Formats: sequence, structure tokens, C-alpha cells
Amino acid sequence: MSEILRIENLHKSFGDLEVLKGIDLTVQSGETVVLLGSSGSGKSTMLRCLNFMETPTEGKIHLNGELIGTERGGRMRYREAELCALRARIGMVFQHFNLFPHMTVLENVMEGQVIVLGRAKPEAQDKAMAQLDRVGLAEKATEYPARLSGGQKQRVAIARALAMDPEVMLFDEVTSALDPELVGEVLKTIRQLAEDGMTMLCVTHELGFAYHVANRVLFLHEGTILEQGEPQSILKAPATDRMSEFLEGHSLFKLPD
Amino acid sequence: MAHNWDFATILQNWPVLWVGIKGTVFIFVITVVLGLGGGLIVGVARYSKSPFVSWPARAFVEVFRNTPVLVQIIWFYYAFPILTGIETDPFLAAVLGISLNTMAFSAEIYRAGIQSISRAQWEAGKAIGMSYNQTLRRIILPVAVKRVLPALTNRGIEVFKMSTLASVVGYVETLNQAKLISDLNFNPIESYTAVAVIFFVVLYPVVQGTYVLERMLRKGD
Repeated sequence: MSEILRIENLHKSFGDLEVLKGIDLTVQSGETVVLLGSSGSGKSTMLRCLNFMETPTEGKIHLNGELIGTERGGRMRYREAELCALRARIGMVFQHFNLFPHMTVLENVMEGQVIVLGRAKPEAQDKAMAQLDRVGLAEKATEYPARLSGGQKQRVAIARALAMDPEVMLFDEVTSALDPELVGEVLKTIRQLAEDGMTMLCVTHELGFAYHVANRVLFLHEGTILEQGEPQSILKAPATDRMSEFLEGHSLFKLPD
Repeated sequence: MAHNWDFATILQNWPVLWVGIKGTVFIFVITVVLGLGGGLIVGVARYSKSPFVSWPARAFVEVFRNTPVLVQIIWFYYAFPILTGIETDPFLAAVLGISLNTMAFSAEIYRAGIQSISRAQWEAGKAIGMSYNQTLRRIILPVAVKRVLPALTNRGIEVFKMSTLASVVGYVETLNQAKLISDLNFNPIESYTAVAVIFFVVLYPVVQGTYVLERMLRKGD
């Protein structure tokens, strides 16, 4: 395994509110990292800083060994074109899917390939169909998003991100907006990706998913990583009271015997 | 009050009216394209985060939205040539007045449409590596424009009727020609009634057509 993502001393403030207070993290290629934490702990903000949906206030991010941005006068500077190119290399899936409503499923999955990567349409279409097949929705290619269930929409959103051949995938509470019976199909898709060797960071409340799929679990509290470790140990025997409380709060969480 | 309607004189002068109708349609096509097209540019500029772009756009909108079109047309015909040395004719003065006013109004319609699109759509475009301009053009505007189509239709109808204001500087259009017929035949009631009927007959089917267009565009919603 080789290092794919390195985060050093990541800080993010919104006005006076400091949400991230110095995060250090190294992610290996093929790793599945799950971020846990209560609301306001900074887990979503951390994820959104990695592809610069939010610009970090301080700190450095390296993708595949290259530092993002340039350091000048003790501060990191980012050019918009550089950030666009970076975002094309990192896939992101959102809680509310955010599909493009005026495009068919197929067009949704082709859009970034054609407009951002400049792929020829036939190639983009083949690629899109392959990814739709991967998430089990090839037969919905000509439908509009409004005709799909929540779970199907989210799988299309995953295919849309995958079609860009991302080096890392970010999942931001992707099952939180779904009906309980639709959560499974989305988690199954993500699990398959993990088994295929995709590098992933997932913010989720699905502790069962964390337990079975993650290589590593991070517990964020008030803008710092309070605990981290293998899910089998950290979820069963948390070291801090804060994390114990958090786990107890998730009544759905049942450990296998 | 009884009035003996006599449309025979109108029909006899049909070629005169026909010239006017052609003039109306011509100035309508020019002003609606310039007005709604230019409005899109001003509306997008108005939405811009850069104050160097949004502020002039805002100033433009306020100036042309808060002055009467009739005054603008007269101003472009009489005042503009003296102030700038650039000659205007009735057509140019009317095109400027109507187009600029329409740009100002439609800019606000487009801006409202852009603002109505959720931030999540911007984020979705951004997340796959699209630039601001690409997201705007490919993701935001197609949905925003579709959403404000009824308001734009209203503007279009307004532009068609505003074309009659061009008669004030002597541009040859329907109202101008009706006045000519009325002056020659002493039949103002029939002449101006004919103008109203002509506008209705032209506009009504066009508006029905836009409803069909809206329904067709609603696919996928």
C-alpha cells in the first residue's frame, strides 16, 4: 500500500467559529476510512476541505505526493483552475444526491467526462454505461432523475463520480436522506467499491457499515480526531468516555456476538 | 350613444395597415432578441460575486427599469444625437429604448431564476471539477431559464405591445399607420379598434404556442 492522501494540521474557521482545530491524517491507497462524530464535530467540514468545497484556513493537503496549492508568505494560495483539476480527481457523493434534473441518468454520468475531462462522447457513453452497470442501473440510463427512487438516485450519483476515474472517493452522509429500506442497496454498492480497492473516506452514522467495511475509524470531537483505530477494536472498546457516549447514543448499533 | 360601425374604409386601406404590421413584427423581433438575450448577460453579471461586474449591471438595471420607455425613445431620438453627435433615426431610437428597458426587466427575471436554483446544484457541478462558468452554463442556466419561461413569455408579450410606442418618433408600425388611415378617413374608432384586434389576433396564438412549449420542456420534472 502506498500513501495517497496526506493532511497536515488542517484548520477551518467560519468567521469566529473554529470548526477544525488541527487535523493530521494519512490515508493509504485502497483504504476505507470512516469518520464518526456527533453533529458539529467537524466531520463533514473535514471531508469538504479535502476536495476544496471549503477552502482550509490553514494546513496542507497532499494528493498522491503532490502538495495542493502553493505556499507564499506563510500561507497557502490556491488557484481556481488548480482546484477544478483537483476536484476532477476526487469523487464526492452528497447526502441529497444533487443529480442534474434536466439531464437523463446517462447524461448525468457523461457530463463531467465530456465537459471537464474532454472525453469524446462515444467514449464517455461507454464509460457511463459501464459505471451504471456497476451500480446496477444500466436499464435506467434514459430515465430522468425525478423518476428514480432515493436509493437509485444515490447510486447514479456514485456512478457519476466513478465515471471520472477518481483517485479518492468522498461520501458525505450518503444514506442519511434515504428511507430505511433503501439504505442497504447504497451501502452494498459502496462496500463493493471498497472490495474493488477504491480509496474512500465516508462520513456516516451507519455503525454496522463502519464495523464491516472500514479499515480504520476516526472519531471526531470538537474539531480534532479524538480516537482512531481498527473498527473491531475501537467500536467495541472505545478509549474515551466521549466516544462511549456517542456509541451508546446510537441505539441501532448492535455488535455481532 | 349609437355608432355606425364602418370597417369598409379599413379594409380598403388594408395595404397601408399591412405595411404597419410588417414594421411592428420587424421591430418586435429585433427588440425581443436583443432585450431577452442581453438581459441574460446582464442578469448573470448582476449575480456575479465580483462587485466590478455586478455593480455596473445593477446600475444599468436601476436606470432603465425606473425610467419610462416612452421617455427613453424620445430621449434617444432628440437628446442622444445632440449629446453624442451620433445620428439616430426613429427605428434606432425605438430599438434602443425598448431593448434596453427589456434587458433591465428580463435581467431581474433571469437573476431570480438563477437564485431559485439550490446551492446543491452548484456544489454538484463543482465536485466533478466544473468551473463556475461551466456550472452556470451547463447546470444552472438550463434549469433556471426553464423555470422563468412564463415570466419571460410575459415580457415578450409586453415587448410586442411596447412596439406601438415607436410611433411617437414616427417609426412606421401598426399604430402609426392606423393613425394615418384615421386622419384621412375620419374614422378613429374603427382604425384604433382594428389595431387592438390585430394585436390580439397575432398575440393570442403565439401565447398558446408558448404554453405548449412549456409543457414540452416540463419533461423530467
